[in-house]
Amino acid sequence: MSADTDSNGDTGGVPGLHESDVVKIPRGVRLREDKARGGWVLLAPERVFQLDPIAQQVLTRVDGERDVAAIVDDLAQTFAAPRDRILVDVGAMLADLITKNVLEVV
Amino acid sequence: MNTQPEARQSPSMQPPPIGMLAELTHRCPLQCPYCSNPVELSRKREELDTGTWQRVFAEAAELGVLQVHLSGGEPALRQDLEALVASCAEHGLYSNLITAGVNISRARLEALADAGLDHVQLSVQGATAEVNDHIANLPGAFDKKLAFAAEVTDVGLPLTLNSVIHRVNLHQIPDLVELALALGARRLEIAHAQYYGWALQNRGALMPPREQVMEALDLVEAARERLKGKLVIDAVVPDYYARLPKPCMNGWGRQSLNVTPAGKVLPCHAAETIPGLEFWNVGEHALGDIWQHSPAFNAYRGTDWMPDACQGCERREIDWGGCRCQALMLTGDATQMDPVCELSPYHEEIQTLAIIDSSRDDEFTYRRFARQPA
Repeated sequence: MSADTDSNGDTGGVPGLHESDVVKIPRGVRLREDKARGGWVLLAPERVFQLDPIAQQVLTRVDGERDVAAIVDDLAQTFAAPRDRILVDVGAMLADLITKNVLEVV
Repeated sequence: MNTQPEARQSPSMQPPPIGMLAELTHRCPLQCPYCSNPVELSRKREELDTGTWQRVFAEAAELGVLQVHLSGGEPALRQDLEALVASCAEHGLYSNLITAGVNISRARLEALADAGLDHVQLSVQGATAEVNDHIANLPGAFDKKLAFAAEVTDVGLPLTLNSVIHRVNLHQIPDLVELALALGARRLEIAHAQYYGWALQNRGALMPPREQVMEALDLVEAARERLKGKLVIDAVVPDYYARLPKPCMNGWGRQSLNVTPAGKVLPCHAAETIPGLEFWNVGEHALGDIWQHSPAFNAYRGTDWMPDACQGCERREIDWGGCRCQALMLTGDATQMDPVCELSPYHEEIQTLAIIDSSRDDEFTYRRFARQPA
């Protein structure tokens, strides 16, 4: 739990995220299906993030082993979409969740 | 005792709750004068047994609850806490232990973690032993809390620090932020006291002056900006000096429910202060049935119950009419506009009351069981 996420660059408090970074869902945060309401959620202390299908696709690939580049490659291939655009979107999404303390850089 | 799952398809059904506060016991080694438990505390012999709580967790998960807050009193005074945590995990419920952190050994903490506990929320009454132990009325409590916090992070569980803020500890907000960082907490809750029950009895000892409240709000805001990505700071804002009411519980019976130690199901922890409401008990009804049909939950759901001025207000589904308990306390009528709202005819009165209370110098009335058992 001592690994800080803000050691790799600082853009106004938002950690700069690199393609070689490995991101994980830390203990105390859980990704699960929400059958009662439909869709998937990220559960964190006193907070529930309702995920859209895209966020769900990204987060189910966050396993603490694959780096950001590998996740982006996988998404680009699965959805036959331009890699550059996916990288921008996924990077912004992951950085936002890191700022909210629900994801960590390993 | 039947959850009627087929009935869930009906369009008139309420959307399911997200969170459940499980008040496992009212017993507590601390005596904080703003305790959110009712003034009339439930005794041990009235508490639900293990099996009933486990059934309630199963029903909660079935109903759509995602997070369970295991609270009290001090939940660790329940000998079966590990079994209750395991039950939450079994049903996929996110479990949050809300504790004073003065009576959980390392071995027990590890057992709770092994049972599947997701998160620990530790209360501190102040940022120093002197203030903390005075408010909790328990010498040595602060040192025990610090040791417990270190063990929580050492075991690998995420930690939130929670502090209820009032006149006696308001000046310690910067120290609380530093304490949270030093203890390795990932989240800090700065919760201004809400004046119901015990806190209402102690208004003259707890109410802070207006200028200090405003200063504290700025401090918290600045710390939140500065520590983005490092420490999440959530603030429960004080509303007695505000112009707009808080969206109490994000709306009555909309997102959460509260089960008392004796099994009564409430829309909020203070709801029992409202006379005439009929609460159902998990001993007699399934949780889903209570959520959908109990008179207490339906009393102030939606906007139909609101006074005309609120029904015509563009903020009716933002504020949800504010707080029913506060409306009752200050106007004598729970269906009134929350007097915090500047449009309320009682608005001036509540602000004047707060200013008067903030200048009083009362002693604490500590939270205790009544001397004479019921």
